[in-house]
Amino acid sequence: MSKVDKHILLRHHEIPDIANIKTYQADGGFETFRKVVSTKMDPVELKNIVHDSGLRGRGGAGFPTGLKWKFVDDNNWPHYLVVNADESEPGTFKDREIMEKNPWQFFEGIMVSAYAISANDIYIYLRGEFWELAHVLDEQIELMKKEGLLGKNLFGTEYELNIFTHLGAGAYICGEETALLESLEGKMGQPRVRPPFPPAVGLYAKPTVVNNVETLANVSLIVEKGANWYRKFGTEKSAGTKVFSLSGRVKNPGNYELPLGTPFRELIYEHGGGIIDDRPIKGIMAAGASSSIIVADDKALDTPMDYESVPDVGAQLGSASVIILDDTVDMSWLINKTTHFFKHESCGKCTPCREGAFWMTSLTERIRSKKGTMEDVILLEDVAKNIKGKTLCALGEFSTEAVLSAIERFPDDFDAQVNK
Amino acid sequence: MTEVLEEKTTKLVNLTIDNLEITAPEGTLIVDAAKLAGIDIPVFCYHPKMEPVGMCRMCLVDVGMPMRDRDTGETIMEKGKPKIQFGRELQTGCTVSVSEGMVVVGYTEKVKKGRQDILEFLLSSHPLDCPICDKGGECPLQNLTIGYGSGESRFDLEEKQHLAKHVPLGDLIWLDRERCIQCARCTRFQDEIVDQPVIGFQNRGRKLQIVTFSEPGFDSYWSGNTSDICPVGALTTADFRFGARPWEMQASASVCNQCSVNCNITFNTRREAKSGGDLVIKRAMPRQNEEVNEVWLCDKGRFAYTSVKKDDRLTQPLIREGETLVETTWEKALDLVAEKAKEAGKEMVSLVGGRLSNEDYFNINQLTAHLGGKSLLNSEMAGGDLVSQVGLGTGSNIADMGQGDAILIVASDLEEEAPLFWLRVKQAAERGAEVIIANARETRADRFAKYKIRIAFGQETAVILSMAGAKEGIAVEFLADDAKVKAAAKVFSEANNAVIYYGSDGLGLSGSEELSKACAFLLSETKHTGRPNNGLVAVWNKANLQGAWDMGFRPSETLAADLKNAKFAYVVGNDPASKDILEKSLKDTDFVVVQDVRLSETAEIADVVLPAQVYTEREGTYTSAERRVQRFYPAVPAPEMTKPDYKITAKIAKRLDLSLEKIAASLVFLDLAEKVADYAELDYVRLAEVTEQWPIIGRDDLFYGGTSYQNTQGLGKQISPAIETETIKYEAFVPSVLSKKDEFLAVPVTTLYDRGSTMLSSEVLQPRIADPYVILNTADAEKLGVEAGVQISVKLNGKTANVTAKLDDSLAKGIVLVPRSMGIPISDPGSITIKAK
Amino acid sequence: MNALLEKHTKDIEDILKKYPEDQKRSAVMPLLYVAMRENGFVSKQDMYDIAEIIKVSATQVASIVGFYTLYHDKEGGKHRVQVCNDLPCALRGSGEYLEKLCENIGIKVGETTEDGLVSVESVMCLAGCDKAPMFQEQNPDGVFYHEDQTVESTLELIEQWRKQEAK
Ligand SMILES: Cc1cc2nc3c(=O)[nH]c(=O)nc-3n(C[C@H](O)[C@H](O)[C@H](O)COP(=O)(O)O)c2cc1C
Ligand code: SF4
Ligand code: FES
Repeated sequence: MSKVDKHILLRHHEIPDIANIKTYQADGGFETFRKVVSTKMDPVELKNIVHDSGLRGRGGAGFPTGLKWKFVDDNNWPHYLVVNADESEPGTFKDREIMEKNPWQFFEGIMVSAYAISANDIYIYLRGEFWELAHVLDEQIELMKKEGLLGKNLFGTEYELNIFTHLGAGAYICGEETALLESLEGKMGQPRVRPPFPPAVGLYAKPTVVNNVETLANVSLIVEKGANWYRKFGTEKSAGTKVFSLSGRVKNPGNYELPLGTPFRELIYEHGGGIIDDRPIKGIMAAGASSSIIVADDKALDTPMDYESVPDVGAQLGSASVIILDDTVDMSWLINKTTHFFKHESCGKCTPCREGAFWMTSLTERIRSKKGTMEDVILLEDVAKNIKGKTLCALGEFSTEAVLSAIERFPDDFDAQVNK
Repeated sequence: MTEVLEEKTTKLVNLTIDNLEITAPEGTLIVDAAKLAGIDIPVFCYHPKMEPVGMCRMCLVDVGMPMRDRDTGETIMEKGKPKIQFGRELQTGCTVSVSEGMVVVGYTEKVKKGRQDILEFLLSSHPLDCPICDKGGECPLQNLTIGYGSGESRFDLEEKQHLAKHVPLGDLIWLDRERCIQCARCTRFQDEIVDQPVIGFQNRGRKLQIVTFSEPGFDSYWSGNTSDICPVGALTTADFRFGARPWEMQASASVCNQCSVNCNITFNTRREAKSGGDLVIKRAMPRQNEEVNEVWLCDKGRFAYTSVKKDDRLTQPLIREGETLVETTWEKALDLVAEKAKEAGKEMVSLVGGRLSNEDYFNINQLTAHLGGKSLLNSEMAGGDLVSQVGLGTGSNIADMGQGDAILIVASDLEEEAPLFWLRVKQAAERGAEVIIANARETRADRFAKYKIRIAFGQETAVILSMAGAKEGIAVEFLADDAKVKAAAKVFSEANNAVIYYGSDGLGLSGSEELSKACAFLLSETKHTGRPNNGLVAVWNKANLQGAWDMGFRPSETLAADLKNAKFAYVVGNDPASKDILEKSLKDTDFVVVQDVRLSETAEIADVVLPAQVYTEREGTYTSAERRVQRFYPAVPAPEMTKPDYKITAKIAKRLDLSLEKIAASLVFLDLAEKVADYAELDYVRLAEVTEQWPIIGRDDLFYGGTSYQNTQGLGKQISPAIETETIKYEAFVPSVLSKKDEFLAVPVTTLYDRGSTMLSSEVLQPRIADPYVILNTADAEKLGVEAGVQISVKLNGKTANVTAKLDDSLAKGIVLVPRSMGIPISDPGSITIKAK
Repeated sequence: MNALLEKHTKDIEDILKKYPEDQKRSAVMPLLYVAMRENGFVSKQDMYDIAEIIKVSATQVASIVGFYTLYHDKEGGKHRVQVCNDLPCALRGSGEYLEKLCENIGIKVGETTEDGLVSVESVMCLAGCDKAPMFQEQNPDGVFYHEDQTVESTLELIEQWRKQEAK
């Protein structure tokens, strides 16, 4: 039985040498995978365990993982598992740590998951910047082949499993699952029209599950220890732990794995050590650059970080990339940053995002350069509203979150910038 | 209303769009269902011929669904009607399919505001140069801006993009980068529809730009279509740029005469000062005919009109006086012609080309028969008689072929010989039809063929006979791998419907005659005759060769001798003297009359030359390779002294006491229908009939289908094979082994962009013409010390020429491909010698 | 066989093996990385070669080069110093770091040093937000992270590259 103390994912905190395959195996590693395959466990049973555990996607949308797996079309073969290791949301750096520090658990998680959806090939799509990491993963895959954990006739059964890494090349949009699939097929990373969703028509038009690294890294332990064990962590609707990437104006930025439902205050002040120079906190972005800016009042600080509670303070938990803003941060400066980001990353496929991101950027530029008027701020708000609800994928929507919340919740910052 | 779509699916659903209750097949997209109901939903990126991509977001609608009780699943009612729940956000009508009880609303303030927002975004990048834009007047963006736009820009004009406005993507298409709205219709057309993704997007976000990396740029026979479907003025054609404004032009229906598909076109004409106040053709646009060319044209067909030049036209009858031809009157010329014809009597021959109209052929054949002469066709392809027996059954439409059907292509590079056939067969393959290819070399049709039977040149007939299970007569050792042939034969014979396209790749007249017989035999043996979507198609290399056969003309194996021995040769619409050996024979012919539109080489040695009219100047009909008879109409006035061929012939006939119709082509057609059994049911009125087609295009809503023209002047009629059920006998046959005395065997092949008169005299198409070339196998070339692209010297039929060497790995050793009309005359396979220079 | 394939036959074969027989187009991205090994950018000829290997059009390959920021179609510095100056890093001083760094090397963002050794670029989030300021170094061999940087530490690194080059 694997030892689990406080961490389910960042277990290197307790077992520092866990990146060594021997250490991992000594802790019971790969036993779950071996058991699942060699006893020819019914994939349906596995899907049920994961469904019952309450595990939800850690890539941002929080979609129930087991449910997604159940949508896989069993009348169309082969199936693919694609691991989303694109990790490009500004402020997110958790998947990288999991893969670097606890690689074998990550692998075992994706291997059990592949078996659960009856896939024989796994593609790990890593952002191109993870070039060194990808090469380490490649070596680890070779090692697993030698160990008989990958390849044909695993453990004397019919089951075959292969893992391939695939490097992106610098495009945030490739984190969006259908853009990712396009990219993996050798095309420009532009999102597809949905439906059909990947579990019906995915990679090479075959049923495909796309899941985030963190999501899948939980799976082997969930299968080993059972759905109820996992439900002991977190809240009723947001089960399990979550790796929070804490960044911005805090003393100790970094990844912190905490049960879902932990209040912001604990993350920021206990784990993060509080604000740099002990200045007052001004705002929180819970989902990276794609977030609305939460006004960091007491209510917000006491809000539990889970999928249901964060909307109460006008935001989403998303990928839980918590960016801390203190009183030195001017929100007009901030949205100038985010609009630049989205302008740079808009794939250009749909009109409102392509044109709107550009327009919002030029307006924030004008405001920042003190050439703007209040009318420009109003126009900016209107442009953002006009983008909303009309884009092909969520990137366009994301690009408006910071803008709209900044103007609405921090009007003074704009007042100070414009000519009256 | 929904008939056009109904056939494809069975289940219909009821819904309302803008309060109109309609029924549409399940799975229909909202935009299409609305279109069927006569309601316009604006689109930019959506095109009914392509998969929806939901990019432009212009087609926003509000979509509501009947609410259901969670527990019982029953529809919740409210005031006797189902309660409708609308979504929070607007939906794109181009990506959502209709379903039972759906309510679609496109007129509310919310929807209007949504569309207005999208337009505002689009215009934030778009230049405001409508007054000088070629698309002005037929521009979807312009029209929709007037419909939905807000009238003023809130965008800082200083920040508009300034990009290159005159970018030649290739020789035929120009790109204005500022105007592009990134709808990807052009790139998707090239990728999805013609499988030639030679243009694409580069960069991302607002920097997305159309680029091409092919050599030459935009290397495709289909490029012109992208300009039709471009919803703004970003892509314009080389012929029409700054040429005219759409509203100044008239439209006349015509049929393309560049190949035997007979695509429907519309000529746009305008009177202009530049041409001395004449009415001139400014452009050729596709005219919708879903059974022929849908809404597409190949580039050769689109730009071919530019080859007709006023100054090289024959405008006056000419008569020989010693060494020279001098102008004369019609009376004198016709009198002399009649007199000589009478003298010749049975010893007269008429020789026609492949681009005359049925009416012309009919009259010429009547005249020839009256004198007892021979009606000859200047063509190197045979089989028109068999096509009229076992050609496509009436009601054929390749668009109906798919799963369970088979299409066999033999001895044809279909895209080069008949581009639209290639496209239609490709689509059939995509719908699941099994395509079998029996060719001696790779072609672009291989990409969608399931069975690729690679034969040697000369084995075409043998492979078809063996597919037909012929026991005797296959003397040639079969080299192709047999299992594949058997598998293909099985698929072919078991197919619900099966069509054969045979071409002239590597074949001369005798080869193609044998092949056509074998094909007819195979169809007959497998009972693929006498029904729609079954039968034989000859991929003729001229527009109306099938019509010529139907009207009684036949090619001759002994053409040189026939001409030489004739006392009188009536040469209409072809140029035999451009071939050496025919020129020699013609010099021995006592009297030569040439009837043509240009002073051809034959005209130069003729005794009398009669000026005829180009098909754009007169009426007539063509019969396509699928035996569809279609009308074309005059687009521009003819030079004063010229006459249509049928009329000239009738005038000669009159002097020989034969009364032929001469007043109008429609009247000639009445005679023709009386005498030619297959045409009995037809007349000009029936040929001009139209029925509703899907997709609906070319009305006020150019944003939907593009600028292709709606067909209002006739879809034509397909005629039934003469004998729908007769079985074809095949006498034991020994295919002639291609003799190869020397090291290399030259075989004739067809290339669309040849050096024929159309290409050479069109300034637009000219840049795409290659220098004279032959294609060698790479290994052969190596042995000869020849590299790709170098000049070599070839000797064929006693003539020597310098040509460029092209190399091809996939070609069999010892074979040299010699394109027809490409600088080296070739009509049959034969020995060729090659020297490196 | 084209030049690219000839030079990297084994690597290219290994890459092609990752994808199903009829889906070789998927290999375009890894093949572009192979092409960049030579001198840090993709030449036009490379695009034609790749197109030939995976049987797509050269335009389709060019589209990929244009869409993704890690592919370059022009020569840059041998070491591309790609500093993250996105929101989280900027909150931790990457802006000043970038500015000072440029000052010290004597070039502006987007430029290359005269000797062709270093270009400095400002890029979006690299998933190293807790170790800002940070940059990634892109060179013909690949992409390498350098985290918790100071202007001094980076200058030192550049000095090392310079020395290596001199050898
Ligand atoms: C613009 C955009 C960027 C995204 N980036 C990522 C990413 O970098 N990593 C990720 O795992 N999911 C990302 N997603 C979410 C994915 O689309 C998808 O929901 C996720 O991979 C599903 O996995 P999960 O269910 O395990 O979360 C992104 C979504 C959007 C719209
Ligand atoms: S919202 Fe932006 S990123 Fe998403 S499809 Fe539209 S343009 Fe591309
Ligand atoms: S998004 Fe529907 S027509 Fe463009």
